[in-house]
Amino acid sequence: MEKIKLVEATQLKTNITPFKPGDTINVHVKVVEGEKERIQQFQGVVIGRRGGGMNATFTVRKVTDGVGVERIFPLHSPRIAKIDMVKEGRVRRAKLYYLRKLAAKQIRQKTSA
Amino acid sequence: MTGILGKKIGMTSIFDEHGEVIPCTIIEAGPCHVTQIKTKETDGYDAIQLAFEVKKERTVNKPLKGHFAHAGVTPKKLLREFKGFDLSKFKLGDEIKVDTIFSKGDIISVAGKSKGRGFQGVVKRHHFGGGPKTHGQSDRVRAPGSIGGSSYPSRVFKGQRMGGRMGNTRTTVKNLKVVQVITESNLLLIKGAVPGHINCYVEIHKGSR
Repeated sequence: MEKIKLVEATQLKTNITPFKPGDTINVHVKVVEGEKERIQQFQGVVIGRRGGGMNATFTVRKVTDGVGVERIFPLHSPRIAKIDMVKEGRVRRAKLYYLRKLAAKQIRQKTSA
Repeated sequence: MTGILGKKIGMTSIFDEHGEVIPCTIIEAGPCHVTQIKTKETDGYDAIQLAFEVKKERTVNKPLKGHFAHAGVTPKKLLREFKGFDLSKFKLGDEIKVDTIFSKGDIISVAGKSKGRGFQGVVKRHHFGGGPKTHGQSDRVRAPGSIGGSSYPSRVFKGQRMGGRMGNTRTTVKNLKVVQVITESNLLLIKGAVPGHINCYVEIHKGSR
């Protein structure tokens, strides 16, 4: 086990912005288009975190033009340039899958501190 | 085929330079010691015998003790022969480390003893389809079906695939790729899975035989 951790330790990020389900965050993702690399932003509500160590991922949900979009990011992925905290939320559940059925106003109410 | 001996540590995943996740098996490979050099003149073929993993002195019997003493190394648990080494470059007692043989991007094959699955039916053991689930069938879902003719040949042919002990046999996985070599801790990261349980011994061969 220690030897697995030894390998994983070289991959893990140490300076991740702490965030929890219910928070609104802005994820800066590195996107490669042909030769060029640019930063794309993805802002939304964190609806869940899972896994530990190398396998940790988090799900961010946002609504664009009335269409719900969810993206799952590996927490330690080198493609994530940085994570900005936009608004802290206060929720009573670890997984906010019920937000999928709610209207924008209700989501605001449910996740507001 | 040159190679080295190792012990399976477990699996994890790492990110490559593009940020993609690669599933990896971690193997503690070596350091191995040369305990015998076989030559065409004395043994009929060229090979090098490698030894891996320290063994307690009191568990070693006298013939093996002499064998290790002749090579000038402490007793080891695992002994295996490898062909394809350049014999002139090695002498008895030499230490062989991972980085002397493998580097990132190498194609390798790994042989080891697969996990024992116990007594298994034909569906799991030979990938039979089993029988229909519906249309009035009962007790046929995982059955093998017919195993041969009645009046002729009136017997079951040898080699007919049936249920039985599965796994716990020597298995080789070819065309695996070395993802990373960590010299200071003797670790080898291989893309994909490797036969055997955690802490089992494996032979890592260079090339895909």
